[in-house]
This record gives sequence, C-alpha cells and structure tokens, in this order.
Amino acid sequence: MTPAIRVQQVTKRYGALQALGGVDLEVARGEFFGLLGPNGAGKTTLISALAGLVRASSGRLEVMGHDVVADYRAARRGLGVVPQELVFDPFFTVRETLDLQSGYFGIRDNGGWIDEILDELDLTAKANVNMRALSGGMKRRVLVAQALVHRPPVIVLDEPTAGVDVELRQGLWQFVRRLNRDGHTIVLTTHYLEEAESLCGRIAMLKAGRVVALDTTANLLARSSAHALRLRLGAGSVLPDELAPRVLSSEGGSLSLRFDRFDEIGAMLDRLRAAGVAIDDMEIGKPDLEQVFVDVMRTA
Amino acid sequence: MPTGAFATLLYKEALRFWKVGFQTVAAPVLTSLLYLLIFSHALAAHVRVYDSVSYTSFLVPGLIMMSLLQNAFANTSSSLIQSKVTGNIIFVLLPPLSYREFFAAYVLAAMLRGLMVGLGVWLGTLWFVELNYAHPLWIVSFALLGGAILAALGVIAGIWADKFDQLAGFQNFIIMPLTFLSGVFYSIHSLPAFWQGVSHVNPVFYMIDGFRFGFFGLSDVSPWISLAIVGSCFILLSTLTLLMLARGYKLRG
Ligand SMILES: Nc1ncnc2c1ncn2[C@@H]1O[C@H](COP(=O)(O)OP(=O)(O)OP(=O)(O)O)[C@@H](O)[C@H]1O
Ligand SMILES: [Mg+2]
Repeated sequence: MTPAIRVQQVTKRYGALQALGGVDLEVARGEFFGLLGPNGAGKTTLISALAGLVRASSGRLEVMGHDVVADYRAARRGLGVVPQELVFDPFFTVRETLDLQSGYFGIRDNGGWIDEILDELDLTAKANVNMRALSGGMKRRVLVAQALVHRPPVIVLDEPTAGVDVELRQGLWQFVRRLNRDGHTIVLTTHYLEEAESLCGRIAMLKAGRVVALDTTANLLARSSAHALRLRLGAGSVLPDELAPRVLSSEGGSLSLRFDRFDEIGAMLDRLRAAGVAIDDMEIGKPDLEQVFVDVMRTA
Repeated sequence: MPTGAFATLLYKEALRFWKVGFQTVAAPVLTSLLYLLIFSHALAAHVRVYDSVSYTSFLVPGLIMMSLLQNAFANTSSSLIQSKVTGNIIFVLLPPLSYREFFAAYVLAAMLRGLMVGLGVWLGTLWFVELNYAHPLWIVSFALLGGAILAALGVIAGIWADKFDQLAGFQNFIIMPLTFLSGVFYSIHSLPAFWQGVSHVNPVFYMIDGFRFGFFGLSDVSPWISLAIVGSCFILLSTLTLLMLARGYKLRG
C-alpha cells in the first residue's frame, strides 16, 4: 500500500534562502505524525508544498500515492489542510463557507456531514453568523471544519491550537483522535510539545529545512537524556563536584540531575549524604519531549 | 447551491458582488446616469457627432460600455487582491480546481457584474433617451467580448498587485485613461489628427465604436475591423492570463 504521504528529496528556495534543504519523509496510512521544529524550520513550507500552495524547487511529493503536481486533482482530494494563518472570507457565514468549500471539491448535499462537523467543533450555534463576527478561536475551528468537508484521508493541521482555549483544545484533540481511529492519517505541527508527545506515534524534527530526527515518540523519549532526579537542596548546601556533569538544569535552589538507570539513584544519594548536603524535596521526573527537542536542536 | 468545482467558484464570485450589490451594481449605474445627465446638458450644444443621432443618444451606448468594462475589471481585480491580502485565496487554491476552471469562473462572474451594470444603465436611460437597435447581435458580441477582456485584465492586475495601492495605480493610470480616451463622450472624428491617431491604438475605442455600431448602424471605423481587433485582444489577454495561472505566478509561490 502506498504511504499516505511521501516526500522525496524536496528542496525549496526563496531567493537566497533555503527553506527546505532536501527533505525525505514517509507517513504511513493511519499514522498520527508530528512535525516539530523551531520558528522558521520549514514546517509550513513543507505543508504548503504538499498542498500545492508552493512549488518545490526540486524533489517530489505524493499524497495517497498521487503526485501533487502531475496528479494534483487526486492529491488535493486526498488532503485536508488547516492552515497556520487565521484566514477567512468576510463575505460569508460559517455555513456558506462550508457549503462553498464542499462545492469546490465537487460535493453536493453535504449538509449532514457539515452539521456533524459543526456539532463536533461546537459551532452549531454560530452556523449562520458571518465569519467576521466570530472570535479568533471560533475562526480557527471553522478552518478545521473547512479542512474536513471532503472527508480527506489525510489531514494536516498546522498549529491548530494556537490561540484556542483549553476546553476547545481538548475537544479538538478528542475529535482528531477519533478521526485518526476512524482511519484518517493525521499530521500535526505544534509548539506545545506535551501535545505532540501525548498524541503523535511518530515525530519528525525539522531544523533549518532539514530533518534532524525521525523516530517513534517512544524511541525519541528513550534515546535522549533519560531521566531526571529533581532536588531542592537545603539552605547553604552545595552540590558535590562529582555530580556536576549530571546537572541538566538548575533554577533557584532546584536542580535537575540526569540518570540513565534507576539503580544509579542510590549512588547519587550516597554522594550527597557523604557531602553533607541537606535535601528538602525530591522528585523523579520522566524524560519529556521538550527536553529531547532541546537536545536534538542543540546537537543537530 | 450549484454542483461541481467550477460552478461553485462562479457562484461564489457572483454571490460576493451580489451581497454588496448596492456598491457593486447600483452605485456604478447611478454614476453613469449622472454622467449622462451632466454631459448631455453641458455638451449637447457643443459636440457634433453623427448627423442623424442626438448627442444624448450617442452618449448612452458609450456610457453603458464604459460602466460594463470598468465593473468587469473591478470585479476580478478586487476579488483577487482581497483574497490575496487576507489570505483566503487558499480556499480556492487547495481544492482540485484546474487553472482553466479558475480563469473561466472569475471571468464569467466579472462579465455578469459588468453586464448587470450595463443593463442597469440602459434601463435607467430607457425612459428619457431615444435609442435604435440596428444590429442587436453586434451589441451583444461587443458587450461580451469587452467584458471578458477587461475581466481577464482584472485577473492579471489582481494577481500581479501585492497591495491595494498598486491595484489603484493600475486602475487610475491604465484602465481609466483607456476607457475615458476611447470616444465615450465624443466621436473621434471631432478630435485633432494627433488624438485621432492615439485613439486608434486604444483597444477600448474599438469596443465602444463597435458596440455603438450595433445601436445606430454608424461607426468611426468598420465594425469588422473593430471585431477583429477586439477579438484578437481577447485571445491575447486570455492566453496571457491562462499562462500566468498555469505557472502559478504569484499564487503558488
Ligand atoms: N513566501 C516566502 N518568501 C520568502 N521566504 C519565505 C516565504 N515563506 C517562508 N519563508 C521563509 O522560509 C523559512 C521557513 O518558513 P516556514 O513558514 O516554513 O517555517 P515554520 O517552520 O512553519 O515556522 P513557524 O513555526 O514560525 O510557523 C523561513 O525562514 C521563512 O522566512
Ligand atoms: Mg509555520
């Protein structure tokens, strides 16, 4: 079976700027895939190339086995994109917007599905309201709805939760999870790494237009700087020198010390006791994606 | 709701101007009627056109055509620049629409607006200006071709311009002079030789002259020549626009 998304050796230049420097990527059908990277890494550019909004300078991209240039009709039918920018057409109401979007995909009588999406996104009460009269978060939801009108097998969400309140964020993730369970392939970009960690099965990290990490979320978490022992030291206590290389971070009186295996903790505590360090509080933290991300970006 | 991507885009473009029809249709009709009122009173005694045609009657086809052309241009150009500036152009770039469908939908909707305005001007003058309809087929042909040409030009301008003031420049420095210096308000035979020459390189002159021929059976140049020139303009501009769209110029970076 062809993958949901195939990106081969894709480059994109904007004048002197190399926005994408040879990206290779495959997303299998049914995956929940994360595309992470700092501002300007090229995430939106890659998504735009996939959607045919920009032309790649070289390389090829496919959606559900369809080349996005040569076979653009099939490729675009297979893809729903929630854009990063909050765009809307002020001439129309929410329902008109969705009816028009259905029509652009050649779908008539889409009312049932539109009602369902509106309901899922808590927009039913706003269905006949002009787009101008919606709050920012509501406009974002309409963008999500627009991306779904043609029931695309592949759904790409470019920072869908920026500026969205907690309740909706959770509702949105529930909905997107359900779509994923129903067989839709999901690609997500976000700067909220906890979101990516809890949702995505696999993650690509982009830096300056290149993929610098590509693995399952579990492997990424496992491969990086392991676990952290978080300590709050008593007043006047100083960390013994031999533990200094383990320091991940230190803020105020709190320290994070890395360890790879749990049996290292005993020895670490022994050192502290031997040095006469008082411990006010102690906590064992699991590695999180944020730490992994920071490590990857630093070393890449 | 219509079916099919092309029909939907056409419908959307028509709905877009129709929703603000007061500004996009009624206002230009009123403007043209005011021109008629003022010019016919101020100039009727001074401008000689064709012997058998009163100045006011002469003026009407020109005004109809001018408003038709300006509004066809305004529709495509303003719709495209607004969509580009606000970013909602992606709504029509993401779906599986071909560039030909894109072109046809934008141009036809703009022609519709131009024709509605033209029709409005005609209806508004009906009860106080005497008109002939010597060759209705010429009237329709030039109205359609002229509308299509200016609509295509509006697509080009709307895609080319990055900002509203660039578009305003295009409108003020190209469209307005072309339409005003085209013999709307006078027969070019009343002009000095130099300005007659200048008028002859203005394609809008042929649109208006041919259109007027349809009413009075009289024209400054043969309607066949006008048709050939206007038809060539249409082919040229459509081809250029289609090439721009096919290459994704400024739309698909
Ligand atoms: N139309 C454009 N013209 C010129 N440069 C561009 C254009 N679009 C993007 N870029 C540049 O390409 C690079 C990648 O931008 P892109 O929007 O893909 O980043 P991103 O990873 O989506 O960032 P963010 O997290 O801020 O959304 C940036 O340096 C950006 O300035
Ligand atoms: Mg982005």
